[in-house]
Amino acid sequence: MIHLVKRPQPSRAWSYATPVLAVLMTMVAGGAMFAALGKDPVEVIRTIFWDPLFGEFAFYFRGQLLVKAAPLILIAVGLSLGFKAGIWNIGAEGQYILGAICGAAVGLAFYPMEARWLIFPLMIIAGALGGWAWAMIPAILKTRFNTNEILVSLLLVYVAEQLLAKMALGALRNPDGAGFPGSRNLSQYASASNPELIAGSGMHWGVVAALIAVIFGYVLFARHMWGFQIRLTGESPRAARFGGVKPTRLVIFCLGVSGALAGLAGLFEVAGPAGQISIDFNVGYGFTAIIVAFLGRLHPVGILLAGLLMALTYIGGEAAASNLGLPSAAIQAFQGMLLFFLLAVDVLTNYSLRFGKGEVA
Amino acid sequence: MDLSAINWAVLVASLMVAATPILLAALGELVVEKAGVLNLGVEGMMILGAICGFAVAVETGSPLVGFFGAAAGGALLALVFAVLTQVLLSNQVATGLALTLFGLGISALLGQGYVGIKPPKTEKLDFGPLSDLPVVGTILFNHDYMIYFSLALVAAVWWFLRYSRGGLILRAVGENHEAAHALGYKVVVIRFAAIAFGGACAGLGGAYLSLVRVPQWTEGMTAGAGWIALAIVVFASWRAFGVLLGAYLFGGVTVLQLNLQAAGVAVPVEYLSMSPYLITILVLVIMSADRSRAALGAPASLGRSFHASN
Amino acid sequence: MKRRTLIAAAAALAMGGSAFAAGHEPLKVGFIYVGPIGDGGWTYEHDKGRLAVEAEFGDKVETVYQENVPEGADAERAMTQMALQGADLIFTTSFGYMDPTINVAAKFPDVKFEHATGYKRADNVSTYSARFYEGRAVQGIIAGHMTKTNKIGYIASFPIPEVIRGINSAYIHAKKVNPDVEFSIVWAFTWFDPAKEADAATALIEQGADVILQHTDSTAPQAAAESAGNVITFGQASDMSEYAPMPRVSSIIDDWAPYYIARTKAVMDGTWASVDTWDGIGAGMVGIGEISDAVPADVKAEAEALRDAIADGSYQPFTGPINKQDGSVWLAEGETADDGTLAGMDFYVEGLTGDIPQ
Repeated sequence: MIHLVKRPQPSRAWSYATPVLAVLMTMVAGGAMFAALGKDPVEVIRTIFWDPLFGEFAFYFRGQLLVKAAPLILIAVGLSLGFKAGIWNIGAEGQYILGAICGAAVGLAFYPMEARWLIFPLMIIAGALGGWAWAMIPAILKTRFNTNEILVSLLLVYVAEQLLAKMALGALRNPDGAGFPGSRNLSQYASASNPELIAGSGMHWGVVAALIAVIFGYVLFARHMWGFQIRLTGESPRAARFGGVKPTRLVIFCLGVSGALAGLAGLFEVAGPAGQISIDFNVGYGFTAIIVAFLGRLHPVGILLAGLLMALTYIGGEAAASNLGLPSAAIQAFQGMLLFFLLAVDVLTNYSLRFGKGEVA
Repeated sequence: MDLSAINWAVLVASLMVAATPILLAALGELVVEKAGVLNLGVEGMMILGAICGFAVAVETGSPLVGFFGAAAGGALLALVFAVLTQVLLSNQVATGLALTLFGLGISALLGQGYVGIKPPKTEKLDFGPLSDLPVVGTILFNHDYMIYFSLALVAAVWWFLRYSRGGLILRAVGENHEAAHALGYKVVVIRFAAIAFGGACAGLGGAYLSLVRVPQWTEGMTAGAGWIALAIVVFASWRAFGVLLGAYLFGGVTVLQLNLQAAGVAVPVEYLSMSPYLITILVLVIMSADRSRAALGAPASLGRSFHASN
Repeated sequence: MKRRTLIAAAAALAMGGSAFAAGHEPLKVGFIYVGPIGDGGWTYEHDKGRLAVEAEFGDKVETVYQENVPEGADAERAMTQMALQGADLIFTTSFGYMDPTINVAAKFPDVKFEHATGYKRADNVSTYSARFYEGRAVQGIIAGHMTKTNKIGYIASFPIPEVIRGINSAYIHAKKVNPDVEFSIVWAFTWFDPAKEADAATALIEQGADVILQHTDSTAPQAAAESAGNVITFGQASDMSEYAPMPRVSSIIDDWAPYYIARTKAVMDGTWASVDTWDGIGAGMVGIGEISDAVPADVKAEAEALRDAIADGSYQPFTGPINKQDGSVWLAEGETADDGTLAGMDFYVEGLTGDIPQ
């Protein structure tokens, strides 16, 4: 019999080894799936994990890695605050949408005035406020009426999607767009665009913001009173209350920060890589970020790495789909597998395996 | 132009059809959560059920066998979740989300050969003259067997949780797994069973979409129904008849908004499309504002990992 | 190190596919799809076009595709990656790919791009679209004759010119043969959500519609009509012939194959130029699916006559006199609509009730 014994402290060695182990296990299992689909498993795995980093066109894909990872990391850092304290914001997707709508609306309101020093900072503020406000709805309902924040934040995603469609078709529609849905392209409006800071690098203000968020998260948990209160609440809500933590303020703080960061991610995306408000502007970053937050073990640096890994599977997966004719569903299933293995082997960090007959089964 | 164009009895009958997929999935999730487990992978299990049910029904020519296949498919995927969260103690929220991702992918792979095929028809039950009764006949005696099954399941789950010994143990596990363990109950085994049941129900809900409500197979056809099912469980304060109410209310608002549009009522359409979600939030607020009631439902151990040896 | 690789990157991007594109064999043709190829509608038909290109040219072409590509940054990456991998011709098959196509095309001047349903072109970007409203006219004739309740249900997706054109065209022609006809329009605010489409069809049928037209892509409304009994429908995007002869009595088929083959040939021959194509029934881009036996012979003949008249150019579906919904004159007697107005159509014609959501 194999059984698990809890380690007194999480194993440092295993916490580094488990992700590698998980990736290897995914390669084996995923390779089997690709072989079953009639593809050369080695080639597929190489296309997903190796080519974007070191292949012929890596110069392009490395930058894209940042573009794809930045919103995931930015949102996940925010979410991790709440998750640590047991406050579940599942609706970052909606906050991301609202951030984009508000930020873009401010930018478009100034069109065609050129004043980058004024407009772009205002857009950033509007984006953060938009996401923050959308997150305040579940926060206030939670603190005032004790309404479950998982559900309210989740349901608000659907409302935000409808709002997005309405904006793309109505108020924010490009007046010169021949009646088609979608706003003006912000990336072509110098005062409101979020361009690549160094051409070809993929580096834009959203990436910078993501890095700042990682540092901010790190400092918050390592040094700040808030970080301590969040951890304490997550580990022992009763102790936290005796320790003077005000749950209401904590809910407002955690949901507010995660909403604002998600809103920022939306703003940087709409002004940069996406370029415009369109009906299908959101592509699920808000949901994927939840996974990223957990893969990173709710630790800012872990989230940074997890976000990059997730982005790699997207970019490599796309390349595999296009070059090798794999259905995109196979890539989705492959990502699911990777997550399963990452989550499964994580047990080794906190528990050790004992072989033989245990006294407790 | 006017509301008289809407036949309310027919509307009730069609909201029952619209609500049944989420009703089934939410009932399953209710049992899972009562056992103290939060499985956010309902969407993934639903869509896998949708393709498994569809494929089996097409191959065998029998929708009934298809529904069994759907339940098996959903339960199988749920067992992956069970192994990860119960044996390997992974985080339930993240695992559930991964389950959805995996389910969406694998179902699309399985379904590649089934696009553009018509499934065998699930017949309505024959109640003879009862079906012709005005209003009552339309609402009560004019459905396929899955509608009645889902209603029976509501009653069965209600009875099980409230009166049966098994339900008592299940609730005990959900409220306080350490205490239940100390009393000698096999927490992990019980949770495995609950998770599998939840998966089977979600699978049935998915198959109801692909075999009856739509009926066809297309990738991503659940289009978020699994998430709504999750919302409805909390909306219901973890009570079986609350789930029924929630699912029918949600289905009702969805169907009603389309009917209002069809009747030409001058309400802005885009707000109508938001209305099912906004009304669900509103009802959620009203119910949870009554603190005594809201506090009763939620299992205390919900979402927490259980490890026996400490 | 960073700097060097970046310069190399910029250089390679500027050169683009030129190293690959110069008359090599086989010609590589890429397709970017917005949905899965198994959607049974929009993307499915584009992929049929891709397969037709393969069948036509055999070893002389290699096709690649990527499905489920979201519009925006992901689309730009998908196109760049195809161009980097040596694609010579790339079809981007959704309106939302417009700006990404233009951006990527600027980086790869030697790669040819073809963007569906947009209006921005460049030296190496063509646009193409289909006059689906011509097919709607044929549907309108059949619908007007076939309805007994005089109530026709229309499941619309989003309020954009393409959809509004279809509603107007169908209404004008239904009204022509049946002055009592009424349209009930349900905006689903989705292109593809089978469950919602089924519910919308059911709602319309319950309120007395016995003809359902749809501008959404799934077959769910067909199934709803079938189980309701005496309701007819039309296939959308695909023939949906599995529902013939009832409820599906005819269909509008997107047939991209002739265009894709012609454009691929043009690249092979070196005659490719940037053009704006808006073809209809005449050029074969819009197909009218077999009109089933559920339609009486005289109605079928009338519909086919209309189809042929549109095909040979002797009839334009938007020919005056036509008034706008508010009663103001849009087209005078004998006047036909110009493409500019059609492309940006944002109003209902006289007789339609309700407002277009804004």
